[in-house]
Amino acid sequence: MIGFIAWRLLQAIPLLIGVSLIAFGLMHLAPGGPLAVYTLNPSIQAQDIERVKIIFGLDQPIYVQYLKWASGIFSGNWGYTFFGGRPVLGVILERLPATMLLMGSALSVAIVLGLSIGVLGAVKRYSVFDVLATSGALFALSFPTFWFGLMAIFVFAIQLRWLPSGGMWELGEEGNIISLLQHLVLPTLVLALVITATWSRYSRSAFLEVMQQDYMRTARAKGLPPAARLMRHAFPNAAKPLIALLGVELPFLFSGALVTETIFGWPGMGRLFVDALNMKEYPILMGMMMFTAIFVIIGNLLADLAIAVIDPRVRLR
Amino acid sequence: MNVTAVASESQAGRIWTRFRQHRLALAGGLVVALLLASALFAPLLAPQDPTLLDTALRFRPPFADWALPLGTDELGRDTLSRLLYGGRVSLTVGLVAMVTTVVTGAVIGIAAGFLGGLVDNLLMRFVDTMLCFPQVFLLLVVAAFVPPTLLSISLVIGLTSWMEVSRIVRAEILHLKEQDFVAAARALGASRARIMFRELLPNAAAPILVAATLKVASAVLMESYISYLGYGVQPPLASWGNMLTNAQGYFDTVPWLAILPGAAITLTVMGFNFLGDGLRDALDPRLRMDP
Amino acid sequence: MAETLLKVSGLEVHFPIRSAFLRRRIGTVRAVDGVDIEVARGETLALVGESGCGKTTTGKAILRLIDPTRGSIRFDGEEIARHGAARLAPFRRRMQIVFQDPFASLNPRMTVGGILAAPFEIHRIGTPADRPERIAALLRTVGLRPEAARRYPHEFSGGQRQRIGIARALALEPELIIGDEPVSALDVSIQAQVINLMKRLQAERGLAYIMISHNLAVVSHVADRVAVMYLGRVVETAPRETLFFGARHPYTQALLSAVPEPVPGLRRTRQVLQGDVPSPARPPTGCHFHLRCPIAQARCAQEAPAQRIIAPGHAVACHLVAP
Ligand SMILES: Nc1ncnc2c1ncn2[C@@H]1O[C@H](COP(=O)(O)OP(=O)(O)O)[C@@H](O)[C@H]1O
Ligand code: SF4
Ligand SMILES: [Mg+2]
Repeated sequence: MIGFIAWRLLQAIPLLIGVSLIAFGLMHLAPGGPLAVYTLNPSIQAQDIERVKIIFGLDQPIYVQYLKWASGIFSGNWGYTFFGGRPVLGVILERLPATMLLMGSALSVAIVLGLSIGVLGAVKRYSVFDVLATSGALFALSFPTFWFGLMAIFVFAIQLRWLPSGGMWELGEEGNIISLLQHLVLPTLVLALVITATWSRYSRSAFLEVMQQDYMRTARAKGLPPAARLMRHAFPNAAKPLIALLGVELPFLFSGALVTETIFGWPGMGRLFVDALNMKEYPILMGMMMFTAIFVIIGNLLADLAIAVIDPRVRLR
Repeated sequence: MNVTAVASESQAGRIWTRFRQHRLALAGGLVVALLLASALFAPLLAPQDPTLLDTALRFRPPFADWALPLGTDELGRDTLSRLLYGGRVSLTVGLVAMVTTVVTGAVIGIAAGFLGGLVDNLLMRFVDTMLCFPQVFLLLVVAAFVPPTLLSISLVIGLTSWMEVSRIVRAEILHLKEQDFVAAARALGASRARIMFRELLPNAAAPILVAATLKVASAVLMESYISYLGYGVQPPLASWGNMLTNAQGYFDTVPWLAILPGAAITLTVMGFNFLGDGLRDALDPRLRMDP
Repeated sequence: MAETLLKVSGLEVHFPIRSAFLRRRIGTVRAVDGVDIEVARGETLALVGESGCGKTTTGKAILRLIDPTRGSIRFDGEEIARHGAARLAPFRRRMQIVFQDPFASLNPRMTVGGILAAPFEIHRIGTPADRPERIAALLRTVGLRPEAARRYPHEFSGGQRQRIGIARALALEPELIIGDEPVSALDVSIQAQVINLMKRLQAERGLAYIMISHNLAVVSHVADRVAVMYLGRVVETAPRETLFFGARHPYTQALLSAVPEPVPGLRRTRQVLQGDVPSPARPPTGCHFHLRCPIAQARCAQEAPAQRIIAPGHAVACHLVAP
C-alpha cells in the first residue's frame, strides 16, 4: 500500500509540472502579454509601465519568470495582484469557503438523489420509472446551467418571491445562518441538476453491472433478502466506479460552480475568476488555474487511494 | 467518414433498425434537421433584418402581431429574426468547434495509440494535464485574450475540448492495431501515415461520429455561455448567448426575451445529445447506456 | 536442392512480460527460441507443430512484422534481420503472407477493390487508370468475379475471403508466400479448394511457400519438405516421404502416431505423450522436450541438442539420434 501511495504521488509530479507550464504559458503567450491592461490604457505613461514591469519581474527572461513563479507556488508565495498588491493565495483562499459550501451542498444533494434514482432504476430495470429517469437525466444534461439559473431566479425569486435572487447574505445579516441557507437553496439546486443526472446514469449502469455478477446470484440463492443483498454485496462493489467518477468529475464540478456563481452573484472562486478576467488580473488567473488543477489532482489521488483501500487488487496496477 | 455510406446495406439496415427504436434519438435527429434548415434558410424565414431598429416598437410581446410573431427587444428589433440569425451563428460555431475537436482529438488519439511507447506516454500525459483544468476556466482565459471572431471562438472551444475524443480514439486504435489487416498492410510496406489514416481511422468512425455529435451540443453550450459573459460573439451580431445578456436587464418586466433564446439553446443541445445517444446505441451496442 | 531463397538461422523472438505495476520487465516469453530453416525457390516447406509452439511468430519475424531478438534471416543472399523500413521496402514486394483468420485479415471498412489497390498504391505500380484492370485480373486469378471489387469483405464467405487474401499476397508478384494456417479456419469442404488454388498458383508462378500448420494431414498434400517445431525450436526437418515413413525424433514420432492415417498406407500404434506442453515463459532446460520424452536421459536436461544432418536433407535435434 505504501508503495502504491508513493507511486501515485510520483505520478502527480509530471502532472503538476505540466499544469504549471500550461497556466504560465497561457498568460504569457496571450496577445499583449500580462501587461495588456496597462499598455492598452492610454492614461498610463510609458515609464510607469516600465516601473510596473520591473516590480513584477516582467523584464526578466521568460524562463526565469517561470521558475520564480513555480518555486513560489511550492513555497506558498503565489505572487501579488496588480490592483491592490494583495497576496494571490490569500485572495483565493478567502473565496474558498463559499465555493466549497456551494459545491459541497450541491454534491451532497446530487449524490443522494442521483444514487437513489440510479439504484431504483437498476433494480426496476425498464420500468416506467427507469425509462422516465434515464430520459429525464438526458434532458437535465442538456440544460444550460446558466439559463436554468436565470429561469430559477425568475420563477422563485422574481415571480414567487420565495427565495433571494443572489448573493450569500441579506445586507446587514452577514453571519445569519437562516439567511445563508435561504441564499444557498437556488444555487445548490441549479448546480445539482447536472450532477444528479450524471450520477443517476453512472450509478444505474454500475449497479446493473454488479447485479449481473456471480456473487449476487449466489447471495440470492442463499436466500438473502433483496435489501441485504444490495447493502452487503452490491454497494461495496458498485462503489469503485462511483468513487472514480467523483475524482473524474471534479473539474466539471468546478466549471459548474463557476457558472452558477456568476449567475447568482455567489461570492466564491468562480465570481473571483470572472472578476479577475474582466480586470485582466493575470496573477490571480494563473493562481486560480493552478489552485483548481492542484485541487483536481489531489481529488483524483484521494479517489484512487479510496479505491485501493476497497479493492486491494488495484494496488498492483 | 459517413458510416452508413461505407457500410453495406445489411449493416446499415441493422444500424437503422436499432436507431429507429430509440424514439428520443429520432426526435433529436428531427430537431437537429429542423434547426440546420432554419439556420440555412434564415434569410428566407426571417420576417425582418435582424439588426433593424425601431424604437417605436420596443418590447412588443410575442403573438401580438403577425408581422413580429415573437415580439421585439429593447431596441425594437424583431426577436424571431434575431433568433434565426443567432441560430446561424451558434450552429456555425458549434460545427466548426466540433470539427476542430474531432480532428485534433482523432489525430492525437491515433498517433498515441498506434505509435505507442514514448509518443503515447507524452501525448497521454498532456491529455491528463489538460484535463486537470476545469474546461470553462481554460476556455474563458483563452477567449478573454483572443480577439473574438466567429473563427477564433470556434477554435478556442475546439482546442479546449478534444481530450476525451483523443482518449476514445486511442482506446479504439489500441484494440484495432493488433488485427491482422494491419499486419497485412505492414507486410505490403505501407507507411505509418497510411496505416493510421487509411486503414485504422475509418474503423474508428463509429465512436468518432458519436463523439462529434455530442461535441456539437457542448460547443453550442460553451459558445452561449462565453457570449453571455461578453467574451464570445459581439453585438450587433446576434447569438443566443448575447441575446440572453441583453435580456437579463429587463428580466422582471419582459421575461420572454430571456426565455426564448434559452429555450433555443436547450432545444439545440438536447437535439444533438439525443441524436448522439441514439447513434451510440445504434452503432455500438457495447457502449449502450440507456434502455 | 534448388537455389536457396530463404535461410533462417538461430532465429529468436522473445516477448517481455511486464509487471502491471511500474511496467517492469519480470520475465520473457521465448516464443521462438533458435529456429533454423531453409526454403528453396519454388518449393513448399511445411512448418508444423502444436498450437502455441511459435509458428506464427516465426512467420511474422521472417516478414519483419515482429522484430527478431537474435538470429539471421537471409533472403536471396541478403541479410535482412536488422534492416530498417527503407532497406526493407524492396523485400516487401518479394515476400508476402496469407493469414489464418479470414475475418481479421481484411479491413472491414474497405472494399475488396480498395484492399487490392493498396499494394499498387504503396509501391506506385501502374497508373490509377489501369488499376481496375489489374484488380480484375487478380480476382480472376483466384477464381472470383471482377464485380467482387465493389463489395465489402463481410459480404463474402470464409473461403472467398481467403481467396481475396491470396489475391492481395499475389499482387506484388512475390517469390515467397508464408501461409499461416491459411485453411484451418475454413470448412473441410472448402479447404481442398483453397489448397488446390495455392498449388496451381505455385505451379504457374514458381512460388515458394512456407505452409504453417498444426495439422500433419494437411501438410501431406502440399509439402515438399516438413519442419517440425516444438516449444520455439525446430526438432526435425526432412523431405515429406522421409518424415512420414522414417521420422527419427521422438516428438515427431509421437505427433505422427496421433494422426489416424497421415498418408495412405501408413498406420502406427498410438503413442500418447505424458504431461502438457510447458509454457514458453518457463521452457525446460536442455532439450525442450525432455520432460515428456519417452527416451530422455540425464544429459537431455542439461544440453540442448543441435539439429544434425543424419541423411541428405534430413536433420534431427536429438542427442540419441545418430546418422
Ligand atoms: N505479442 C506477444 N506477446 C507475448 N507473447 C506472445 C505474443 N505473441 C505470441 N506470444 C506467445 O508466443 C507463443 C507462440 O505463439 P504463436 O507464434 O502464435 O504460436 P503458434 O502460431 O504456433 O500457435 C505463445 O505462447 C504465445 O502466447
Ligand atoms: S534430446 Fe533427449 S529429450 Fe530431447 S528428444 Fe532426444 S532423447 Fe528426447
Ligand atoms: Mg498461429
